[in-house]
Amino acid sequence: MNITGTAFVLGDDIDTDQIIPAEYLSYNPADPEERKYFGMYACVGVPDAKSGLPEGNKRFVPEGAFTCDYTFVVGGKNFGCGSSREHAPLALAEAGAKVVIAEFYARIFYRNCVNGGYLLPAECSTRLIDGEVSTGDTLELNIETNTLTNQTTGKSYDLSPLGDVKPIIDAGGVFGYAREQGMIG
Amino acid sequence: MPRKMTMTEKILAAHAGKDDVTPGDNVWVDVDILLTHDVCGPGTLGIFEQEFGQDARVWDNERLVIIPDHYIFTADDKCHRNIQILRDFVKKQNIKYYYDPDFVNTEFGSGFPSAYRDPRQTTYKGVCHKALPEEGHCRPGEILLGTDSHTCTAGAFGQFATGVGNTDAAFTLGTGKTWLKVPPTMRFDFHGEIPPYLTAKDLILAVIGDIGFAGATYKSMYFAGSGIASLSLEDRMTLTNMAIEAGGKNGICDVDEKTLAYVRNRSTRPEWTVYEEDDGAEYDYRNQWDLADFVPLVAAPHSPDNTKTAYELQQQNVKLDRAYIGSCTGGKITDMLFAANILHGNEVRIPTFVVPGSTEVHADMLRLNLYGRPVADADAHDTKANTSVYDALQNAGCNIGPASCAACLGGPQDTFGRLNEPINCISTTNRNFPGRMGHKEAGVYLASPLTAAASALTGVVTDPREYVAEPILTGEAGLV
Repeated sequence: MNITGTAFVLGDDIDTDQIIPAEYLSYNPADPEERKYFGMYACVGVPDAKSGLPEGNKRFVPEGAFTCDYTFVVGGKNFGCGSSREHAPLALAEAGAKVVIAEFYARIFYRNCVNGGYLLPAECSTRLIDGEVSTGDTLELNIETNTLTNQTTGKSYDLSPLGDVKPIIDAGGVFGYAREQGMIG
Repeated sequence: MPRKMTMTEKILAAHAGKDDVTPGDNVWVDVDILLTHDVCGPGTLGIFEQEFGQDARVWDNERLVIIPDHYIFTADDKCHRNIQILRDFVKKQNIKYYYDPDFVNTEFGSGFPSAYRDPRQTTYKGVCHKALPEEGHCRPGEILLGTDSHTCTAGAFGQFATGVGNTDAAFTLGTGKTWLKVPPTMRFDFHGEIPPYLTAKDLILAVIGDIGFAGATYKSMYFAGSGIASLSLEDRMTLTNMAIEAGGKNGICDVDEKTLAYVRNRSTRPEWTVYEEDDGAEYDYRNQWDLADFVPLVAAPHSPDNTKTAYELQQQNVKLDRAYIGSCTGGKITDMLFAANILHGNEVRIPTFVVPGSTEVHADMLRLNLYGRPVADADAHDTKANTSVYDALQNAGCNIGPASCAACLGGPQDTFGRLNEPINCISTTNRNFPGRMGHKEAGVYLASPLTAAASALTGVVTDPREYVAEPILTGEAGLV
């Protein structure tokens, strides 16, 4: 299975306050109508100059819209650090993203992606944000071979194996996994 | 014979029903306490009801602790509605430990609530990480999960405590369990006595500066040595609180008489288990420091590992527009005492916002003098003895708000102390990412309460050493 779409590129140390600023956390993610607003405000906390690299000054989600056309969010080191708010992967997913790719993740964000089943958190040891991928490039993720291809440049990259969390990702999250294992009804 | 283990490994092994565990093992563990608040509570409860059913019961109505603390003092209707969601759940599930902001009227709910009049006369507690031990929910040897990254604070009590998301919390709420990967442990030894011009904030900023802001990602941080034994329990909480700022899974300290005195006096349960680090336990990293070698530190914008000495920033005349003293990191009663001793008899030169970490801190600020003793016992000729912490701060020109997370994480636009403009603020809080305290172009300098208070007096980042002539006595503050 392949996932193909457009990339939005951010920098290193993108913390969850930048992904969804605290002032929007009063929306209740359990309410389907309010949940959409996390998409509307996804990544509005990223300083303008660093939003949509390399040029910057690009919004992830157009002003006033609930969703965007970006399928991939690409970051550098320590993606998702800071607050444990699950609203962060939820916001990226509500906006329409399917995959995050980073050099490595902060632990709680990664766990939230996996256990909540919001996004596929892929790791790539190649530093993609320094010229390998630009905002607007078309990326293709091949899940079978665990490789990423930048169709815009023609270059391919191996992704790190998902390892222990793969069964949880395959089950769609921790609830699906626990049901498969017969832990819960 | 089981392998030699760290405290963290022993706690995880015991809760997984195993003789031993090794870093990298994935284990299912029994959770002792689950903490949530008004920001992540509604989402967590929503997932719980969606996955387990509307009529499902929580796994244990005495092990879920709900402490609203984030968005209390705001006119945002949705925030008050979220408190009502918590109230309804507490009633439906007969949750024993819920600390209601009883002055917030959600029924007709609009407008800015008037704050509690008397911090001793409200069921509201304030910041969950401070209120949790106060209300007797922190015990050695337990596993605590919380829907907040600073849940790691409770590691100061010799327990395994870590932050989780809503889905994880909802899973635990229904099953009492979670899966954890056993982390490798990094060991940080501190030797000697802490000098009077330092607090644990300087120590943890040094650690984060040393290993980097992601230096403990997926790892446990163990703080050990005579230097940690010399710290108050509250200062140990400052250390473990910021483990997450190095990416740590948990931070943990040894249990000693200071820990036990507090826990014995507070715990809602009579029993707990004290685990000790084995000689020969394995560490992923070790470093050690002599406390006498430290100087006051500041993390400059926009990362907690952007460490500078307060002295070098003072030499550069780094101008400030505001000072902020509060949060789970720097809003405890000893933090207030540190700041008040510097500000007493002086006047701040920049707007200085003070937010008690809890209503108990607020009450103690009114009750205790600048030696940490009851004001009533004071000698009328000694102004430090007859001035309360609260009055010292207020007389110095500080703007004191009600207990809450307040501007530490920005919050709604009308949050007390929020940085609504691109200004520079020195703060005793824990994060200085872009936008953390409000405006995304604002600059936040993280510092100890001593450095923040000295800087409030000058309007530039200021080394507090010349302001602290002798050790600041904290008396009975935060002891039991």
